[in-house]
Amino acid sequence: GGSLLCLSLSAARTHVSYEVKDNVAVVRINDPTSKVNTLSRHMQAEMVEVMNEIWGNAAVKSAVLISRKPGCFIAGADINMIQACKTAEEVTSLSQEGQKIFDQVEKSPIPIVAAINGSCLGGGLEFAIACQYRIATKSKKTILGTPEVMLGLLPGAGGTQRLPKMVGLPAAFDMMLTGKNIRPDKAKKMGLVHQLVDPLGPGLKSPEERTIEYLEEVAVDFAKGLAGRKVTVEKKKGLVQKIQDFVMGLPPVRKQIYKTVHSKVMKQSKGLYPAPLKIIECIQTGIEKGNAAGYLTESQNFGKLAMTSESRALIGLYHGQVTCKKNHFGKPERDVKKLAVLGAGLMGAGIAQVTIDKGVATILKDTTEEGLARGHQQVYKGLNDKTKKKSLTTFERDGIMSLLSGQLDYRDFENADMVIEAVFEDLSIKHKVVKEVEAVIPPHCIFATNTSALPIKDIAAASKRPEKVIGMHYFSPVDKMQLLEIITTNKTSKDTTASAVAVGLKQGKVIIVVGDGPGFYTTRCLAPMLAEAVRALQEGVGPKKLDSLTTGFGFPVGAATLADEVGIDVAAHVAEDLGKAFGTRFGGGNVEVLKMMVQKGFKGRKSGKGCYVYGAKSKEKKVNSGAEDILKSFKLTAPPAVSADEDIQYRLVSRFVNEAVLCLQEGILPDPVQGDIGAVFGLGFPPCLGGPFRFVDSHGADKLVQKMKRFEEAYGNQFTPCQLLLDHAKDSSKRFHK
Amino acid sequence: MASMLLTSLRSSPLTSVQAAQFAARSLGTSVHLQAQAKSKKTLAKPGVKNIVLVDGVRTPFLQSGTIYADLMPHDLARAALQGLLNRTGLPKDAVDYIVYGTVIQEVKTSNVAREAALGAGFSDKTPAHTVTMACISSNQAMTTAVGLIAAGQCDAVVAGGVEFMSDVPIRHSRRMRKTMLSLNKAKTLGARLSLLGSIRLAHLAPELPAVAEFSTAETMGHSADRLAAAFGVSRLEQDEFALRSHTLAKKAQDSGLLSDVISFKVPGKDIVSKDNGIRPSTMEQMAKLKPAFIKPHGTVTAANSSFLTDGASAVLIMSEEKALAMGYKPKAYLRDFVYVSQDPKDQLLLGPTYATPKVLEKSGLTLNDIDVFEFHEAFAGQIMANLKAMESDWFAQTYMGRKTKVGAPPMEKFNSWGGSLSLGHPFAATGCRLVTTVAHRLQKEGGQYGLVAACAAGGQGHAMVIEAYPQ
Repeated sequence: GGSLLCLSLSAARTHVSYEVKDNVAVVRINDPTSKVNTLSRHMQAEMVEVMNEIWGNAAVKSAVLISRKPGCFIAGADINMIQACKTAEEVTSLSQEGQKIFDQVEKSPIPIVAAINGSCLGGGLEFAIACQYRIATKSKKTILGTPEVMLGLLPGAGGTQRLPKMVGLPAAFDMMLTGKNIRPDKAKKMGLVHQLVDPLGPGLKSPEERTIEYLEEVAVDFAKGLAGRKVTVEKKKGLVQKIQDFVMGLPPVRKQIYKTVHSKVMKQSKGLYPAPLKIIECIQTGIEKGNAAGYLTESQNFGKLAMTSESRALIGLYHGQVTCKKNHFGKPERDVKKLAVLGAGLMGAGIAQVTIDKGVATILKDTTEEGLARGHQQVYKGLNDKTKKKSLTTFERDGIMSLLSGQLDYRDFENADMVIEAVFEDLSIKHKVVKEVEAVIPPHCIFATNTSALPIKDIAAASKRPEKVIGMHYFSPVDKMQLLEIITTNKTSKDTTASAVAVGLKQGKVIIVVGDGPGFYTTRCLAPMLAEAVRALQEGVGPKKLDSLTTGFGFPVGAATLADEVGIDVAAHVAEDLGKAFGTRFGGGNVEVLKMMVQKGFKGRKSGKGCYVYGAKSKEKKVNSGAEDILKSFKLTAPPAVSADEDIQYRLVSRFVNEAVLCLQEGILPDPVQGDIGAVFGLGFPPCLGGPFRFVDSHGADKLVQKMKRFEEAYGNQFTPCQLLLDHAKDSSKRFHK
Repeated sequence: MASMLLTSLRSSPLTSVQAAQFAARSLGTSVHLQAQAKSKKTLAKPGVKNIVLVDGVRTPFLQSGTIYADLMPHDLARAALQGLLNRTGLPKDAVDYIVYGTVIQEVKTSNVAREAALGAGFSDKTPAHTVTMACISSNQAMTTAVGLIAAGQCDAVVAGGVEFMSDVPIRHSRRMRKTMLSLNKAKTLGARLSLLGSIRLAHLAPELPAVAEFSTAETMGHSADRLAAAFGVSRLEQDEFALRSHTLAKKAQDSGLLSDVISFKVPGKDIVSKDNGIRPSTMEQMAKLKPAFIKPHGTVTAANSSFLTDGASAVLIMSEEKALAMGYKPKAYLRDFVYVSQDPKDQLLLGPTYATPKVLEKSGLTLNDIDVFEFHEAFAGQIMANLKAMESDWFAQTYMGRKTKVGAPPMEKFNSWGGSLSLGHPFAATGCRLVTTVAHRLQKEGGQYGLVAACAAGGQGHAMVIEAYPQ
């Protein structure tokens, strides 16, 4: 009866299978319902079942754990499983179940070899480090890491306890607090994996398939070696390691490390993110008070974190990012095989760089040789920096550069599938460019314009074929900023949109698609906040104070610094344009302040002076006294009722948020998800708040409206809440996110 | 119009030899019907000159760091050239041109062909140039010669190759070189002192050449190990093949079949007349070796790889008419050849797989028509991987754009006098050894067609069809 039961059970298994080869049990994982393996309840249940069978089989002397998916070992725990929990206790018990399974794996009577190819993250890494031995492929897809902190969580299945013992305290802190991906070579050096296996090329099977097979063969050999005690797990410690271990063995040293790490986290996160602090607590408890206390703290903290608004916000952003990395407009009729970029400035060169490094031939055209040389150098430097970090070989760099054609004329534009113009932000220049380009490009070629504020329909007015015209708003620096805002007019065809999204996705961008209008979505949200920032400056809040208020709220960059980074001239330009379009709602600070600064040459970082003085190597940024003088000449009196620190913060944020909600109300934004993604990835809206819409949900629309009403009394219509926000304030059941 | 006329004028009149060939060929086909299976058609083509291998020689191939250690590359090349002259009795002034291959260049003799030719007593009126194409450098030298003759520019060309691994250029670091070059230009004592002062200990670390791809920075042995793994070639298969190579080489050496080897009196040392890398071992001994490149789980070891070798080779290539006019009895016709190239990372050593079907098609032959195969053995794993690739329909369809596999050569016809694994592999000298060996084996074994194939760094490859000269 028992064997029959066993058979029926194994027949029902869909995610985990195993076979015994030469006394080695090879356990293969493959979630048939997904592109990646996650530690879902289902996966865990089958895994427990399989492991128990293996442990019960006397003929099995060792085991290999391997994934059948080419690019993924185990990508982590199932987020939906955690999100489905209603209470902290539920999540804690999930964590404890995971801890229990991995504890059994760690204490396994037979050695288990984790054979890692592809992503080995979060719970996947916790599983791997519970095994006795780890072998990883050197594939570009192989990455190891604990990214839980980026979701506002912590490694909740023993990770905070095992990692410090394996890689040492400093490296464990670094991994868990930053969540960064670790490449195989580094993992070997750190002691995270024991052996590396090279990926294979073409053979008698596809490279991916054969590489997994090869990894399995090597892992089986090591498993046999471990079972036969021919391979030892412990590697000999070098002198440096011995010294480090000795030093870490001293309690005062450890105490100092905890203190340093804690203050560093507080400085960087402003105390707005609970996860890093809980991670420190878990590690400290485990080391100072022993395993039992450590595991308990880990599971309890995991439960607590899962219930925080910060974690919900970060998980929301994760889901939003996944959504915004898909093309919702279908497959374009033709692929863009040749792209032309007009203008080799900061933006144009950046766009060219992220296009050629994905293997798409790109023309970079400028009007002057100096401009072209500068742009070419920018692209080269961007790629060369990658060779220095070893993420690219010099040979790959050269191959990528060969796809770039720098030129001053319209040669070969007849073969371009898409043109992105990034010339100076001036409507008459843009019109001239549209006409010039349309004279040389083929009929199917798309004309995209990279502008941060000019309405696309105004630019398209000069076009003979407005259905092929679209806005592609990149963010500077293009190779670092993930967001791309695509703007469609009512004449833009669906295929044009599909093509622009496809190009953006290829360039590695997170994409929001919004409607046309002055400032579209992102610039339109930013402008009122900057106007409010200028007002605060005029009211006597210094740039440093303003910066600390904004970063204290969770913005990665302070408002004054942001203005310097964007460029005071650009800010002035946008403020004036949008001021004309939207009237007094966009008022607040006096545009003349910005104009005066530009006149004096204080254009921000690029000119060496803005709100601050740049160029000096000293760490402390110095406030530009010239700018302060200008601010004094435009001095306003701060109304005491709305000038407390928190008031200033909310004045800045509420204008941003209100404008975002208005964009949704007006249909510029198609949905709150894209609104949140655009604000966080493009403008640095505090990630811990999850974006303006999630912020309204978690803060409460009614509370926000109350604050705005108070500000409205002092300042007028700049703080008048829009109708949609009022609707949400009236009815608390209305939420932007379910 | 005029130029069109000219070309047709040039190509139309057949030389008498060609005309005779042409007749023989049509005769041959009709005879073929009744004759034995072995008697096949000749590969002469109308309007294409017949080019022959008159003879080929080589110095003994020695493990680097042994008896040749104190020589320079051109000394070895000189020995091969002189050996060729002795063997053929060729008057020095009858040579129109000399082409030599080399891989690791001695910077003092960067055109080693010229230095060796002058040293070997060739007329200073005979031009010479050096070619490089990794392990198929002397193949490139030979086909360059074929090209010169086919184009009607030369009648008699000496081709060859030399490699000297006992000494390789070890350079100062780039920083150090820069400082030293600036020092030349520094005018004042102060400027010189400040330059000298800028030298750091790290700048003194030398730069060693590696047998690694520039494009991928992967050493060849590492790539070979990955290739063997990709094709599922086991350690045992590799050791067996290596042992076969050494065993066959030993047998060939003992029975005097390696007649291309000339004796060489090394200055200050004894006369060398034998290759010194042939060491048939046992499977047990070979199994003890640890992997040399991928550690600890790789399969390529020192025993199943070709070793660093010093040596030079040379061949005399002529138009058939000239050879006959000078009273030579040529050894073989050099027929169609191809060069191929593919991905230098994952298909670095698959040249023979790609080149073989291509050259066979060009000649209108099938694998079955070939009587003698000589493939360059860089690594046992590389040879086994190539054989498996040639046997795979999937590989042919997926990577070569072919409908079916070409098939692997039968082992009884394959490298039966040993190969690079056992005889040694002086990179640029191997090509001539392969061609000469095919000619000798065809004569000895009575076959008609031979095929040479080789892989080379850079992901390149070469193959050539050789036809026995009628005895």
